[in-house]
Amino acid sequence: MSMLAKALTAAFGEELMLDTRQLPSTVVCCTLPREKFAEAAKILKKAYALLAAEWAVDETPFGRGFAVCACFRWGREYLIVKSELSADDPSFPSLTKKFLPAYRFERQMQSLMGVTPMGHPDMRPWIKFEDWPQDAYPLRKSFDATKSMPRVAGDYQWARAEGEGVYEIPVGPVHAGIIEPGHFRFQAVGEMIVNLEERLGYVHKGTEKRFEALSWKDGAKLAGRVSGDTTVAHSIAYSMAVESMTGCRVPERAHWLRAIFLERERIANHLGDIGAICNDAAFAFMLYQCSRLRELVLRMNNRLFGHRFIMDKVFPGGVGVDIDNSGRSDMQAELEALSSDFEKLVVIYDENASLEDRVRETGILKPEQARELCVVGIVARASGMNLDCRIFNPFPPYDQYDRIELDVPVKITGDVHARTYVRVEEVRESIRIIRYILENLPEGPIVIAPGIPESDTSGFAAVEGWRGEIIYWLQAGPAGEINRCMVRDPSSLNWLGLEQAIPGNIVPDFPLCNKSFNQSYSGHDL
Amino acid sequence: MIRILRQIFRTGIVTEPLPPAVEEEIRQTGSRLEEAIIKHFRRSLTIRQVDAGSCNGCELEIHAINNSFYNCERFGVHFTASPRFADMLLVTGPVARNMEIALRRTYNATPTPKLVVAVGDCGCNGGMFGESYASLGGIDKVIPVDVYVPGCPPTPLALLNGILTAVDGYPDKRK
Repeated sequence: MSMLAKALTAAFGEELMLDTRQLPSTVVCCTLPREKFAEAAKILKKAYALLAAEWAVDETPFGRGFAVCACFRWGREYLIVKSELSADDPSFPSLTKKFLPAYRFERQMQSLMGVTPMGHPDMRPWIKFEDWPQDAYPLRKSFDATKSMPRVAGDYQWARAEGEGVYEIPVGPVHAGIIEPGHFRFQAVGEMIVNLEERLGYVHKGTEKRFEALSWKDGAKLAGRVSGDTTVAHSIAYSMAVESMTGCRVPERAHWLRAIFLERERIANHLGDIGAICNDAAFAFMLYQCSRLRELVLRMNNRLFGHRFIMDKVFPGGVGVDIDNSGRSDMQAELEALSSDFEKLVVIYDENASLEDRVRETGILKPEQARELCVVGIVARASGMNLDCRIFNPFPPYDQYDRIELDVPVKITGDVHARTYVRVEEVRESIRIIRYILENLPEGPIVIAPGIPESDTSGFAAVEGWRGEIIYWLQAGPAGEINRCMVRDPSSLNWLGLEQAIPGNIVPDFPLCNKSFNQSYSGHDL
Repeated sequence: MIRILRQIFRTGIVTEPLPPAVEEEIRQTGSRLEEAIIKHFRRSLTIRQVDAGSCNGCELEIHAINNSFYNCERFGVHFTASPRFADMLLVTGPVARNMEIALRRTYNATPTPKLVVAVGDCGCNGGMFGESYASLGGIDKVIPVDVYVPGCPPTPLALLNGILTAVDGYPDKRK
């Protein structure tokens, strides 16, 4: 039994029930009475667990009420704590005082599902804007998602800093660059930022609700559009969650091809980011050089796999496109050229003193803050946390530790430079992994019938996208349809990290810091 | 510094002529297009990009038309930070309910002729997200659209083509 499950069993004994409807069986799901929900979190915190996600489910189609779930992670273990709530009193004890990221998860649960976190310090709605009808809870089964909602009057209450010389800068939702919309409000004194408050939710498209109207097959398409820059990783995570429910054993070759797609997506996005970070420090040379390399990667994707971002090529049961011998040698030649050009650029980055002056000691997220906020992915690794699903929750070929020898770069300074350099080293690793895969790609089919999930089972998957760990939790309804699809993009955790990294920096450094985080708005707002 | 210069010279100019099909199209619109950009837009077309609810896929490809392969600036096309300076809005969608007001305000802040190009399948008709409590569907549900560029996401060439089509239609819009 896992460490976390042991800790809970020791504390709760008989009260704790294991839920066998949760798949895969490596992910333990413990059900507890709702009064014990926060107590369990306290015990898990003492066992060094991190909070990975928290969400609510409407289980009325099964004749039950609501349920709240919290997913904890410690090393290789994932553990879900679930409590059922009655339909007429859907409240539960808040986890926010134990785990900071619960702060937004719970505001979101309250806003979209109408379950009340008791003892939560800040009950302003999240994602649900003030002009929504108060009683609109879109994730509830009783809510008709096809109808448009009327607008009502209301105001959002902002956090305010007061004092002589304090002023406020509102930014967004429509930003200056070609980026997604979101609102940032700075309180500043002179050039120094005292506080940053984010307000997100502008690109809320009802994605989670939309899943419930789709078939399991079409769900993969929507998963590929949760965050367009991470289309591969999202569709792999969704597919693996479905496969865990049906017990479908995906062919080895399909897994390996997924890994190629995943690493190519990582390379393309990291190249774009490294260029854009340097550009925000006024070093446009790197932007143009890196975008050139990125474009070459995307063109190769298009030529070999039929789409520049490899969208819609991963679905439950396998993958939709194979690679032949000539494709393999083309890609090897491409990686050779990419690697050589990339290393030249890295030397230029390293030797540029004025760039160094901007990126070092800017936008620091301290390791202890990172841990408190349970951040994931690049942001976590730049702040001293050794987290990577490719190691801790691997699918083939990543599970061949001794042969693939994946090196996870970890930095401890937590500044813009650390986040850039984690990317640099990951690009190198990804190139190496793709080469390994190309040399050792097993033969065989690339797709099998995925099967249909059984009613009232739930599936779970975590995949390391280029931003970090992506989690999908799926539940099959009474007729075997999608009853709930919970999507946890890394951004849901990492946006909190940005808010903490900004105070103390000067206003003109914000774009630079923001770019070094580069979190998804669409993946967060859903 | 010497490394930077060496890398620049070694890379050379990677900007490509457009493929024959697109090139031909541009030639066809040729004189009218040139006239339009030179006369009505004073040699440069300024675009404000608005994400009204997209998944960020279209944004990546809009970025790509600025890279050195497509180099949209060679046609006098460039992106601005403010709608006040914009001749054209390049809008990706679907229009999220939470973005509707911001999109309308951006449109109202744009001076005439306010060319609007709807980008992507979602921008054209709502795509995978359709119409729901949170998504209003295509861009034309909220503001008038001149040109539609379908694709998920549209390729950089399709985007360039869409922009040039809108410019080509500009003299008609003024009438």
